[in-house]
Amino acid sequence: MATANGIIFSNIHDKSIPELTRKRTMASIPFGCKYRLIDFALSNMVNSDITNVSVITHYNYQSLIDHVGSGKDWDIARRSGGIKILTPYITSFANVSNALYNSRLEALMSINYSLSRFTSDVIVFSDCDVICNIDLNEMINDHIKNDADITFAVKTVELTEAEASKNLIMTSDESGRLVEFAAYPKQGVSGKKDIHLNIFVASTRYIQNVVNDAIAHGYKSFNRDVIGPNLNKCNFRTYKYDGYFASLTSLQSFFAHNMELLNNPDIRDGLFGQKNRPVYTKVRNSAPTKYGEGCTVKNSLIADGCVIEGNVENSILFRGVKVGHNTTVKNSILFQDTVTGENVFLNCVITDKNAVIRDDRILSGHETLPFFIEKGKMI
Amino acid sequence: MYKKKECIAMLLAGGQGSRLFTLTEKTAKPAIPFGGKYRIIDFTLSNCINSGIDTVGVLTQYQPLVLNEYIGNGQPWDLDRTFGGVMVLPPYQKSKSADWYKGTANAIYQNLNFIERYDPDYVIILSGDHIYKMDYSAMLDHHKEMGADCTIAVLDVPLDQASRFGIMNCKDDGEIYEFEEKPENPKSTKASMGIYIFNREVLSKYLIEDEADPDSSNDFGKNIIPAMLNDGRTLYAYEFSGYWKDVGTIPSLWEAHMDLLGEEPVFNLYDSTRRIFSRSESRPPHYIGEGAVLTNSMISEGCEVYGTVINSVLFGGVYVAPGAVVRDSVIMSDTQVLEGAEIDYSIIDSDTVIGKDVKLGGGQKPGKFKITLIGGGLNIRADDNIPAGSMVNEAFLAKQK
Repeated sequence: MATANGIIFSNIHDKSIPELTRKRTMASIPFGCKYRLIDFALSNMVNSDITNVSVITHYNYQSLIDHVGSGKDWDIARRSGGIKILTPYITSFANVSNALYNSRLEALMSINYSLSRFTSDVIVFSDCDVICNIDLNEMINDHIKNDADITFAVKTVELTEAEASKNLIMTSDESGRLVEFAAYPKQGVSGKKDIHLNIFVASTRYIQNVVNDAIAHGYKSFNRDVIGPNLNKCNFRTYKYDGYFASLTSLQSFFAHNMELLNNPDIRDGLFGQKNRPVYTKVRNSAPTKYGEGCTVKNSLIADGCVIEGNVENSILFRGVKVGHNTTVKNSILFQDTVTGENVFLNCVITDKNAVIRDDRILSGHETLPFFIEKGKMI
Repeated sequence: MYKKKECIAMLLAGGQGSRLFTLTEKTAKPAIPFGGKYRIIDFTLSNCINSGIDTVGVLTQYQPLVLNEYIGNGQPWDLDRTFGGVMVLPPYQKSKSADWYKGTANAIYQNLNFIERYDPDYVIILSGDHIYKMDYSAMLDHHKEMGADCTIAVLDVPLDQASRFGIMNCKDDGEIYEFEEKPENPKSTKASMGIYIFNREVLSKYLIEDEADPDSSNDFGKNIIPAMLNDGRTLYAYEFSGYWKDVGTIPSLWEAHMDLLGEEPVFNLYDSTRRIFSRSESRPPHYIGEGAVLTNSMISEGCEVYGTVINSVLFGGVYVAPGAVVRDSVIMSDTQVLEGAEIDYSIIDSDTVIGKDVKLGGGQKPGKFKITLIGGGLNIRADDNIPAGSMVNEAFLAKQK
């Protein structure tokens, strides 16, 4: 079997959901009751026996380090390999060349020393804005079998023009070879297209060469300077994934994809119910959730450690949320340790961690514009 | 070279728990699931780490497989240490003899070399059978303050129940002058909780002497404590006033689960200062469907509830179908309750399927009911005739046919 290293980009796409990334990385955005986005990328790797994982950070990474810890909750606290968090590399002789990187390629250049020491056959790269439960081993095997330089995971979806402008659209021939790609096309692209999942497998030697070339020639963009010019020269391929997939491009899509988990059991199953591929997260040792007398709960996903005395409908409650007497929570997402008092009414609200909603407050947003309450705010 | 330990714990987890019937057929009592996501031993192990005790020897000899796997390297309790941590201590063969643990005192005696390795000043003896939260470090402080040779934790019990316990008769300052095992006419209501702190040398001395006595039943309550009192050693009682429950019988296991429920539960698991740790499985959040009715219940991760759940505790991954009703019951991991089933006053072990329209424990009144126990991995059908209060395992079902 081919050996593999994993590299996770924790900050790329931070700008998509500025509300949630003001104080955290994309990787540490909470999702689906108890997870952070990096859990899906890490679990995919661990479930495919990739236990040597580097996480590239840029800024705001305290929440990420706190979440990942030693990696033992994902079983990657290892003596050899395991998880490494690569923080930005800045020397004490600060000058112009120490500016933080801005692109995927620059990020790889900044970890060139680590990268140059990888001895695995391939590297699996993953961003954190895409949620899926993918068998990476199958993808690696496909990569090796076809002797590819890079294999991109894609999914065929129906796109509107607006959606297309937020995706990397790839076209491949019958054999699966990548022939054309369009990065975030502003207009004129819609219909059934293959979009990139921001997960790709590359041969280690190939990536090492690419990064050395980029340093020598001052390349900046992975798409423009590496993929584009080499479409015909190198063996770039696509790998079709057809399981559950959610791409988070805005607070609205974050809201919609959380709600999707409620409305369709197949989607829940596609993410959480895959045999031998559980999703791991940080263990918090909360007690089970307690439901009081006179509560009503409908169509909701609820994590451990909550205490529910009121009414909850079509909502997602993270760990340790308290819902008071006579309080109604509808179509909302309440992050960890949110506390609501009595006689509160919430509709289409997203509360960040430790928010407090005091008695008798009535708050409502709309599906297209959920009302967002910042971390630790009291209302 | 290592730093010595001030106090280490020896946790007696060999109990067979035969009054728990089919629940302990393949599992030692301390490994019985409790409270939605815990096992009984989690409470004692969490108490240890929350009290600053980082070295725990767990003495097992009955069906240790599940317990061994569960404890593992102790990581969930922060008991994976470079020196110390949690260790499972089964009986073993020695150069001249091989013995099972003959009694509680003998189990510790056979592991004196384990204790010596850590060179502790004090040893705390615990049992893995009880549900409670306790700060052992406060008890140790009390022990040191009183200059005792041994301190025994006691609980005030109602006078009419005192004859079920080992009773400590004490002077006003708590010094014990007499110990009576299950007395007919108790003189005090201070019942031993089976928690002892010993000065290490004193413990070694009395264990060695006890072992030399062929008539001894090698038990702390019956032999060691009376022997120390006879010799005029200083023994003190340490009064504990929180929740403490022996879950050695089916009714008491059921009651202890009910104690977790209610707005002001008798035993509160939601106090984050003394958290109970456990080995967690990776399960997704639980889902409550349309049409579900929930009242006064505890529900764990991975459950899917479409039916009615009242005054009950559901463990991880339990499925309650639309139209099914679970009342005043405890349902353990991954059990499925199918359409139209009605469950009252029952404990159902893991991986069992309660088939369509099965009625269990119905028609009973509060205050006057029998608990029905359904074993693990069974398939219960509507035509299986299961009267309330039955203890159902494979043999029971075979007999019904």
